[in-house]
Amino acid sequence: MGIHNKKNRSATTFFFASRLGIICAGSVIGLIACILALLGNPANMGVCVACFIRDIAGSLGLHRAGAVQYLRPEIPSFVLGSCLAALLSGEFRARGGSSPILRFVLGAFAMIGALVFLGCPWRALLRLAGGDLNAVTGLLGLASGIGIGVWFLKNGYTLGRSHTLKKPAGFTGPIIMLCLLIAALTTPSFLLASSNGPGSAHCPLLISICAGLLIGWVAQRSRFCTMGAFRDLFIMRDWHLMTGVIAFCSMVLVFNIANGTFTGGFAAQSVAHSNQIWNILGMVLAGLAFVLGGGCPGRQMFLIGEGDSDSFVFFLGMLTGAALAHNFLLASKPDSIQAGIVTMGGPGLNGMVAVGLGLIVCILIGFSMRERLT
Amino acid sequence: MKKIDTRGLSCPEPVIRVSRAVKELTTGEQAEILVEAGAASENVLRAIRSLGCDADTVEHDDGFRITVKK
Repeated sequence: MGIHNKKNRSATTFFFASRLGIICAGSVIGLIACILALLGNPANMGVCVACFIRDIAGSLGLHRAGAVQYLRPEIPSFVLGSCLAALLSGEFRARGGSSPILRFVLGAFAMIGALVFLGCPWRALLRLAGGDLNAVTGLLGLASGIGIGVWFLKNGYTLGRSHTLKKPAGFTGPIIMLCLLIAALTTPSFLLASSNGPGSAHCPLLISICAGLLIGWVAQRSRFCTMGAFRDLFIMRDWHLMTGVIAFCSMVLVFNIANGTFTGGFAAQSVAHSNQIWNILGMVLAGLAFVLGGGCPGRQMFLIGEGDSDSFVFFLGMLTGAALAHNFLLASKPDSIQAGIVTMGGPGLNGMVAVGLGLIVCILIGFSMRERLT
Repeated sequence: MKKIDTRGLSCPEPVIRVSRAVKELTTGEQAEILVEAGAASENVLRAIRSLGCDADTVEHDDGFRITVKK
Protein backbone atom coordinates (compact mmCIF):
# COMPACT_ATOMS: atom_id res chain seq x y z
CA MET A 1 0.00 0.00 0.00
CA GLY A 2 1.33 3.41 -0.77
CA ILE A 3 1.15 6.29 -3.13
CA HIS A 4 2.28 5.20 -6.57
CA ASN A 5 2.18 8.18 -8.87
CA LYS A 6 4.14 11.14 -10.18
CA LYS A 7 3.17 13.48 -7.37
CA ASN A 8 4.83 11.72 -4.48
CA ARG A 9 7.46 9.61 -6.15
CA SER A 10 10.43 11.78 -5.08
CA ALA A 11 13.05 10.07 -2.97
CA THR A 12 12.94 12.78 -0.30
CA THR A 13 9.18 12.34 0.09
CA PHE A 14 9.49 8.61 0.68
CA PHE A 15 12.51 9.12 2.93
CA PHE A 16 10.91 11.70 5.22
CA ALA A 17 7.71 9.69 5.44
CA SER A 18 9.73 6.80 6.83
CA ARG A 19 10.67 6.25 10.46
CA LEU A 20 14.33 6.88 9.68
CA GLY A 21 13.40 10.06 7.89
CA ILE A 22 11.51 11.61 10.78
CA ILE A 23 14.29 10.59 13.17
CA CYS A 24 16.82 12.34 10.95
CA ALA A 25 14.56 15.39 10.71
CA GLY A 26 14.16 15.63 14.50
CA SER A 27 17.87 15.13 15.03
CA VAL A 28 18.86 17.77 12.48
CA ILE A 29 16.43 20.33 13.88
CA GLY A 30 17.60 19.60 17.43
CA LEU A 31 21.25 19.91 16.45
CA ILE A 32 20.67 23.21 14.67
CA ALA A 33 18.81 24.55 17.71
CA CYS A 34 21.78 23.67 19.92
CA ILE A 35 24.25 25.29 17.54
CA LEU A 36 22.17 28.46 17.41
CA ALA A 37 22.22 28.65 21.23
CA LEU A 38 25.96 28.01 21.22
CA LEU A 39 26.57 30.77 18.70
CA GLY A 40 24.58 33.47 20.43
CA ASN A 41 20.86 32.77 20.84
CA PRO A 42 19.74 32.63 24.48
CA ALA A 43 20.41 29.45 26.45
CA ASN A 44 17.71 26.80 26.01
CA MET A 45 16.28 29.07 23.31
CA GLY A 46 18.16 28.14 20.18
CA VAL A 47 14.76 28.04 18.55
CA CYS A 48 11.57 29.28 20.15
CA VAL A 49 8.86 30.22 17.69
CA ALA A 50 6.74 32.02 20.29
CA CYS A 51 9.63 33.98 21.80
CA PHE A 52 11.02 34.85 18.37
CA ILE A 53 7.66 36.14 17.12
CA ARG A 54 7.49 38.15 20.34
CA ASP A 55 10.92 39.59 19.60
CA ILE A 56 9.83 40.46 16.05
CA ALA A 57 6.76 42.23 17.47
CA GLY A 58 9.14 44.24 19.61
CA SER A 59 11.44 45.12 16.72
CA LEU A 60 8.46 46.43 14.76
CA GLY A 61 7.44 48.60 17.70
CA LEU A 62 4.26 46.66 18.41
CA HIS A 63 5.38 46.52 22.02
CA ARG A 64 7.98 48.49 23.99
CA ALA A 65 9.50 45.88 26.29
CA GLY A 66 13.09 46.88 25.74
CA ALA A 67 14.63 43.54 26.63
CA VAL A 68 12.83 41.58 23.89
CA GLN A 69 13.14 43.47 20.66
CA TYR A 70 14.97 41.91 17.72
CA LEU A 71 13.89 40.95 14.23
CA ARG A 72 14.70 37.26 14.55
CA PRO A 73 15.63 36.12 11.02
CA GLU A 74 14.88 32.50 11.92
CA ILE A 75 11.10 33.00 11.62
CA PRO A 76 11.01 34.38 8.06
CA SER A 77 13.70 31.86 7.14
CA PHE A 78 11.52 28.97 8.36
CA VAL A 79 8.76 30.18 6.05
CA LEU A 80 11.03 30.71 3.08
CA GLY A 81 12.82 27.37 3.54
CA SER A 82 9.46 25.66 3.67
CA CYS A 83 8.26 27.64 0.65
CA LEU A 84 11.26 26.54 -1.37
CA ALA A 85 10.72 22.92 -0.37
CA ALA A 86 7.03 23.10 -1.23
CA LEU A 87 7.63 24.72 -4.61
CA LEU A 88 10.31 22.20 -5.57
CA SER A 89 8.14 19.25 -4.56
CA GLY A 90 4.95 20.55 -6.12
CA GLU A 91 3.21 20.88 -2.77
CA PHE A 92 2.71 24.63 -2.82
CA ARG A 93 -0.99 25.35 -3.00
CA ALA A 94 -2.60 28.69 -2.28
CA ARG A 95 -5.47 28.03 0.09
CA GLY A 96 -7.46 29.65 2.85
CA GLY A 97 -10.86 30.70 4.06
CA SER A 98 -11.24 28.34 7.00
CA SER A 99 -12.58 30.59 9.79
CA PRO A 100 -9.63 33.02 9.64
CA ILE A 101 -10.93 35.29 12.42
CA LEU A 102 -11.10 32.37 14.84
CA ARG A 103 -7.58 31.33 13.86
CA PHE A 104 -6.45 34.89 14.63
CA VAL A 105 -8.01 34.70 18.10
CA LEU A 106 -6.56 31.24 18.72
CA GLY A 107 -3.13 32.46 17.65
CA ALA A 108 -3.32 35.38 20.07
CA PHE A 109 -4.29 33.20 23.02
CA ALA A 110 -1.75 30.54 22.10
CA MET A 111 0.95 33.20 22.28
CA ILE A 112 -0.35 34.55 25.59
CA GLY A 113 -0.30 31.04 27.07
CA ALA A 114 3.20 30.45 25.76
CA LEU A 115 4.47 33.74 27.18
CA VAL A 116 3.04 32.88 30.60
CA PHE A 117 5.07 29.67 30.47
CA LEU A 118 7.93 31.51 28.69
CA GLY A 119 8.23 29.25 25.68
CA CYS A 120 6.51 27.45 22.86
CA PRO A 121 6.34 23.62 22.64
CA TRP A 122 9.71 23.59 20.85
CA ARG A 123 11.30 25.59 23.63
CA ALA A 124 9.67 23.43 26.27
CA LEU A 125 11.49 20.46 24.80
CA LEU A 126 14.75 22.40 24.53
CA ARG A 127 14.43 23.47 28.15
CA LEU A 128 13.74 19.92 29.27
CA ALA A 129 16.75 18.59 27.40
CA GLY A 130 18.81 21.41 28.87
CA GLY A 131 17.99 20.35 32.42
CA ASP A 132 15.29 22.95 33.14
CA LEU A 133 12.90 20.78 35.13
CA ASN A 134 10.20 23.47 35.03
CA ALA A 135 9.65 22.18 31.51
CA VAL A 136 8.26 18.96 32.99
CA THR A 137 5.27 20.79 34.41
CA GLY A 138 5.03 22.83 31.24
CA LEU A 139 4.89 19.69 29.13
CA LEU A 140 2.30 18.17 31.46
CA GLY A 141 0.22 21.28 30.90
CA LEU A 142 0.82 21.07 27.16
CA ALA A 143 -0.26 17.43 27.05
CA SER A 144 -3.40 18.32 29.01
CA GLY A 145 -4.26 21.14 26.65
CA ILE A 146 -3.71 18.86 23.69
CA GLY A 147 -5.88 16.22 25.32
CA ILE A 148 -8.73 18.70 25.70
CA GLY A 149 -8.28 19.76 22.10
CA VAL A 150 -8.30 16.15 20.92
CA TRP A 151 -11.59 15.61 22.79
CA PHE A 152 -13.12 18.48 20.84
CA LEU A 153 -11.72 17.10 17.58
CA LYS A 154 -13.15 13.64 18.25
CA ASN A 155 -16.51 15.26 18.97
CA GLY A 156 -16.80 17.07 15.69
CA TYR A 157 -14.80 20.27 16.16
CA THR A 158 -13.88 21.85 12.85
CA LEU A 159 -12.96 25.31 11.59
CA GLY A 160 -14.40 24.34 8.23
CA ARG A 161 -12.79 23.61 4.91
CA SER A 162 -10.20 25.79 3.29
CA HIS A 163 -10.50 26.45 -0.41
CA THR A 164 -8.04 26.78 -3.21
CA LEU A 165 -7.26 30.45 -3.78
CA LYS A 166 -5.50 32.29 -6.55
CA LYS A 167 -1.72 32.16 -6.27
CA PRO A 168 -1.20 35.75 -4.96
CA ALA A 169 -3.16 34.87 -1.83
CA GLY A 170 -0.81 31.99 -1.10
CA PHE A 171 2.35 33.92 -1.87
CA THR A 172 1.44 36.92 0.27
CA GLY A 173 2.67 35.33 3.51
CA PRO A 174 6.04 34.24 2.11
CA ILE A 175 6.52 37.61 0.42
CA ILE A 176 5.85 39.46 3.67
CA MET A 177 8.33 37.16 5.37
CA LEU A 178 10.86 37.93 2.63
CA CYS A 179 10.36 41.62 3.34
CA LEU A 180 11.01 40.96 7.04
CA LEU A 181 14.17 39.10 6.12
CA ILE A 182 15.36 41.97 3.93
CA ALA A 183 14.67 44.31 6.84
CA ALA A 184 16.71 42.06 9.12
CA LEU A 185 19.59 42.20 6.65
CA THR A 186 19.47 45.95 5.99
CA THR A 187 18.54 47.05 9.55
CA PRO A 188 16.66 50.24 8.75
CA SER A 189 16.66 52.80 11.55
CA PHE A 190 12.98 52.35 12.41
CA LEU A 191 13.57 48.80 13.62
CA LEU A 192 14.08 48.49 17.36
CA ALA A 193 16.77 46.25 18.82
CA SER A 194 17.50 45.37 22.43
CA SER A 195 20.82 46.33 23.91
CA ASN A 196 20.36 43.99 26.85
CA GLY A 197 18.22 41.03 27.85
CA PRO A 198 17.18 38.06 25.72
CA GLY A 199 16.56 40.27 22.69
CA SER A 200 20.22 41.21 22.56
CA ALA A 201 21.36 37.59 22.51
CA HIS A 202 21.44 36.38 18.94
CA CYS A 203 23.52 34.49 16.43
CA PRO A 204 25.33 36.09 13.55
CA LEU A 205 22.69 36.98 11.01
CA LEU A 206 23.77 34.75 8.13
CA ILE A 207 24.06 31.73 10.38
CA SER A 208 20.53 32.31 11.68
CA ILE A 209 19.23 32.65 8.14
CA CYS A 210 20.92 29.51 6.86
CA ALA A 211 19.79 27.57 9.92
CA GLY A 212 16.22 28.79 9.51
CA LEU A 213 16.12 27.93 5.81
CA LEU A 214 17.40 24.43 6.51
CA ILE A 215 14.94 23.85 9.35
CA GLY A 216 12.12 25.14 7.16
CA TRP A 217 13.06 22.79 4.33
CA VAL A 218 13.52 19.73 6.55
CA ALA A 219 10.37 20.39 8.56
CA GLN A 220 8.21 20.91 5.48
CA ARG A 221 9.39 17.69 3.89
CA SER A 222 9.09 15.67 7.11
CA ARG A 223 5.84 17.33 8.46
CA PHE A 224 7.65 17.78 11.80
CA CYS A 225 5.11 18.99 14.37
CA THR A 226 5.45 18.78 18.16
CA MET A 227 1.71 19.14 18.68
CA GLY A 228 1.00 16.57 16.03
CA ALA A 229 3.29 14.14 17.82
CA PHE A 230 1.23 14.21 21.02
CA ARG A 231 -2.03 14.46 19.11
CA ASP A 232 -1.40 11.44 16.87
CA LEU A 233 -0.42 9.43 19.92
CA PHE A 234 -3.69 10.34 21.66
CA ILE A 235 -5.90 9.84 18.61
CA MET A 236 -4.49 6.74 16.91
CA ARG A 237 -1.59 5.53 19.05
CA ASP A 238 0.71 6.46 16.17
CA TRP A 239 4.34 7.05 17.12
CA HIS A 240 5.63 8.42 13.81
CA LEU A 241 5.82 12.13 14.68
CA MET A 242 6.61 11.40 18.33
CA THR A 243 9.66 9.46 17.16
CA GLY A 244 10.88 12.66 15.55
CA VAL A 245 10.26 14.61 18.75
CA ILE A 246 12.13 12.02 20.79
CA ALA A 247 15.03 12.24 18.32
CA PHE A 248 14.95 16.04 18.68
CA CYS A 249 15.11 15.83 22.50
CA SER A 250 17.75 13.13 22.49
CA MET A 251 20.04 15.13 20.21
CA VAL A 252 19.65 18.24 22.37
CA LEU A 253 20.23 16.28 25.59
CA VAL A 254 23.39 14.64 24.27
CA PHE A 255 24.67 17.98 22.95
CA ASN A 256 24.03 19.76 26.24
CA ILE A 257 25.74 17.06 28.28
CA ALA A 258 28.74 16.96 25.93
CA ASN A 259 28.94 20.75 25.88
CA GLY A 260 28.58 21.14 29.64
CA THR A 261 25.40 23.22 29.26
CA PHE A 262 23.06 20.79 31.01
CA THR A 263 21.91 22.55 34.20
CA GLY A 264 19.54 20.32 36.15
CA GLY A 265 17.14 22.13 38.46
CA PHE A 266 14.07 24.31 38.90
CA ALA A 267 15.09 27.69 40.22
CA ALA A 268 16.56 30.51 38.16
CA GLN A 269 16.88 28.61 34.89
CA SER A 270 17.60 30.70 31.80
CA VAL A 271 14.56 32.84 30.88
CA ALA A 272 12.23 30.63 32.89
CA HIS A 273 10.26 30.70 36.10
CA SER A 274 9.48 28.08 38.70
CA ASN A 275 5.86 29.06 39.36
CA GLN A 276 4.59 25.62 38.47
CA ILE A 277 0.83 26.34 38.59
CA TRP A 278 1.28 28.94 35.87
CA ASN A 279 3.75 26.83 33.92
CA ILE A 280 0.97 24.26 33.74
CA LEU A 281 -1.93 26.62 33.08
CA GLY A 282 -0.04 28.68 30.53
CA MET A 283 0.75 25.59 28.54
CA VAL A 284 -2.77 24.16 28.91
CA LEU A 285 -3.94 27.30 27.15
CA ALA A 286 -1.16 27.16 24.57
CA GLY A 287 -1.67 23.46 23.87
CA LEU A 288 -5.42 23.79 23.52
CA ALA A 289 -5.16 26.82 21.25
CA PHE A 290 -2.51 25.22 19.05
CA VAL A 291 -4.58 22.06 18.61
CA LEU A 292 -7.75 24.00 17.85
CA GLY A 293 -5.71 26.11 15.42
CA GLY A 294 -4.31 23.12 13.56
CA GLY A 295 -0.71 22.73 14.70
CA CYS A 296 2.27 23.87 16.71
CA PRO A 297 3.69 27.33 16.00
CA GLY A 298 6.54 25.88 13.99
CA ARG A 299 4.14 23.88 11.84
CA GLN A 300 2.10 27.03 11.24
CA MET A 301 5.24 28.73 9.84
CA PHE A 302 5.92 25.80 7.54
CA LEU A 303 2.30 25.81 6.35
CA ILE A 304 2.63 29.51 5.47
CA GLY A 305 5.46 28.47 3.22
CA GLU A 306 3.15 25.95 1.55
CA GLY A 307 0.70 28.73 0.66
CA ASP A 308 -1.71 28.36 3.56
CA SER A 309 -3.09 31.84 4.21
CA ASP A 310 -5.05 30.63 7.26
CA SER A 311 -1.75 29.81 8.94
CA PHE A 312 -0.53 33.31 8.14
CA VAL A 313 -3.60 34.67 9.91
CA PHE A 314 -2.73 32.46 12.89
CA PHE A 315 0.78 34.00 12.80
CA LEU A 316 -0.75 37.49 12.80
CA GLY A 317 -2.77 36.44 15.84
CA MET A 318 0.43 35.31 17.54
CA LEU A 319 2.13 38.60 16.67
CA THR A 320 -0.82 40.51 18.14
CA GLY A 321 -0.88 38.29 21.22
CA ALA A 322 2.78 39.02 21.79
CA ALA A 323 2.15 42.75 21.55
CA LEU A 324 -0.78 42.50 23.95
CA ALA A 325 1.26 40.35 26.32
CA HIS A 326 3.94 42.97 26.73
CA ASN A 327 1.79 46.08 26.45
CA PHE A 328 -0.67 44.87 29.03
CA LEU A 329 1.86 43.07 31.25
CA LEU A 330 0.45 39.61 30.58
CA ALA A 331 3.79 37.83 30.08
CA SER A 332 5.56 36.17 32.98
CA LYS A 333 8.73 37.41 34.59
CA PRO A 334 11.53 34.88 34.90
CA ASP A 335 13.00 33.87 38.24
CA SER A 336 15.65 36.28 39.44
CA ILE A 337 18.57 36.03 41.82
CA GLN A 338 19.66 38.93 43.97
CA ALA A 339 22.26 38.62 46.69
CA GLY A 340 22.00 34.85 46.39
CA ILE A 341 18.26 34.83 47.03
CA VAL A 342 15.99 33.43 44.34
CA THR A 343 12.75 35.30 43.71
CA MET A 344 10.19 33.19 41.94
CA GLY A 345 8.86 34.69 38.73
CA GLY A 346 5.59 34.04 36.97
CA PRO A 347 2.68 36.13 35.68
CA GLY A 348 1.13 39.10 37.40
CA LEU A 349 -2.59 39.45 37.90
CA ASN A 350 -3.11 40.60 34.31
CA GLY A 351 -1.46 37.46 32.97
CA MET A 352 -3.49 35.21 35.23
CA VAL A 353 -6.74 36.84 34.10
CA ALA A 354 -5.65 36.57 30.47
CA VAL A 355 -4.99 32.84 30.80
CA GLY A 356 -8.39 32.33 32.43
CA LEU A 357 -10.09 34.34 29.72
CA GLY A 358 -8.18 32.48 27.04
CA LEU A 359 -9.22 29.09 28.39
CA ILE A 360 -12.86 30.19 28.46
CA VAL A 361 -12.69 31.54 24.91
CA CYS A 362 -10.96 28.42 23.56
CA ILE A 363 -13.48 26.14 25.24
CA LEU A 364 -16.33 28.21 23.83
CA ILE A 365 -14.77 27.95 20.36
CA GLY A 366 -14.31 24.24 20.86
CA PHE A 367 -17.96 23.68 21.77
CA SER A 368 -19.50 26.07 19.28
CA MET A 369 -17.51 24.95 16.23
CA ARG A 370 -18.66 21.35 16.23
CA GLU A 371 -20.55 19.61 13.50
CA ARG A 372 -22.16 16.20 13.61
CA LEU A 373 -19.84 13.60 12.10
CA THR A 374 -21.78 11.32 9.74
CA MET B 1 -19.90 2.52 -0.85
CA LYS B 2 -19.20 4.99 1.93
CA LYS B 3 -17.63 8.23 0.67
CA ILE B 4 -15.53 10.56 2.79
CA ASP B 5 -14.29 13.87 1.40
CA THR B 6 -11.46 15.23 3.57
CA ARG B 7 -10.24 17.87 1.14
CA GLY B 8 -9.72 21.29 2.71
CA LEU B 9 -9.92 20.04 6.29
CA SER B 10 -7.21 21.02 8.77
CA CYS B 11 -4.94 18.47 10.35
CA PRO B 12 -5.95 16.11 12.01
CA GLU B 13 -9.59 16.19 10.90
CA PRO B 14 -8.94 13.96 7.84
CA VAL B 15 -7.47 11.25 10.07
CA ILE B 16 -10.29 11.51 12.59
CA ARG B 17 -13.02 11.25 9.96
CA VAL B 18 -11.33 8.43 8.09
CA SER B 19 -10.56 6.48 11.27
CA ARG B 20 -14.16 6.77 12.40
CA ALA B 21 -15.52 5.73 9.01
CA VAL B 22 -13.15 2.78 8.60
CA LYS B 23 -13.95 1.48 12.09
CA GLU B 24 -17.64 1.50 11.16
CA LEU B 25 -17.13 -0.56 8.01
CA THR B 26 -18.39 -4.11 8.07
CA THR B 27 -16.20 -6.93 6.74
CA GLY B 28 -15.99 -6.74 2.96
CA GLU B 29 -17.45 -3.24 2.84
CA GLN B 30 -15.52 -0.52 1.01
CA ALA B 31 -15.05 3.19 1.54
CA GLU B 32 -13.84 5.82 -0.88
CA ILE B 33 -11.77 8.65 0.55
CA LEU B 34 -10.82 11.87 -1.20
CA VAL B 35 -7.73 13.46 0.34
CA GLU B 36 -5.31 16.21 -0.57
CA ALA B 37 -1.73 15.45 -1.51
CA GLY B 38 0.99 15.99 1.05
CA ALA B 39 0.76 15.57 4.81
CA ALA B 40 -2.97 14.76 4.78
CA SER B 41 -2.59 11.79 2.45
CA GLU B 42 0.41 10.46 4.39
CA ASN B 43 -1.44 10.75 7.70
CA VAL B 44 -4.59 9.12 6.33
CA LEU B 45 -2.65 6.20 4.85
CA ARG B 46 -0.82 5.72 8.13
CA ALA B 47 -4.16 5.67 9.96
CA ILE B 48 -5.61 3.12 7.53
CA ARG B 49 -2.51 0.97 7.96
CA SER B 50 -2.82 1.17 11.76
CA LEU B 51 -6.40 -0.12 11.47
CA GLY B 52 -5.18 -3.16 9.55
CA CYS B 53 -6.95 -2.36 6.27
CA ASP B 54 -5.84 -2.45 2.66
CA ALA B 55 -5.97 0.63 0.47
CA ASP B 56 -5.66 1.35 -3.21
CA THR B 57 -4.62 4.87 -4.16
CA VAL B 58 -4.98 6.75 -7.43
CA GLU B 59 -4.50 10.40 -8.34
CA HIS B 60 -7.63 12.54 -8.29
CA ASP B 61 -7.66 16.27 -9.09
CA ASP B 62 -4.93 17.74 -6.88
CA GLY B 63 -4.96 14.86 -4.45
CA PHE B 64 -5.84 11.19 -4.24
CA ARG B 65 -8.80 8.84 -4.22
CA ILE B 66 -8.18 6.05 -1.73
CA THR B 67 -10.37 2.96 -1.78
CA VAL B 68 -10.32 1.13 1.53
CA LYS B 69 -11.58 -2.40 1.97
CA LYS B 70 -12.04 -4.00 5.35
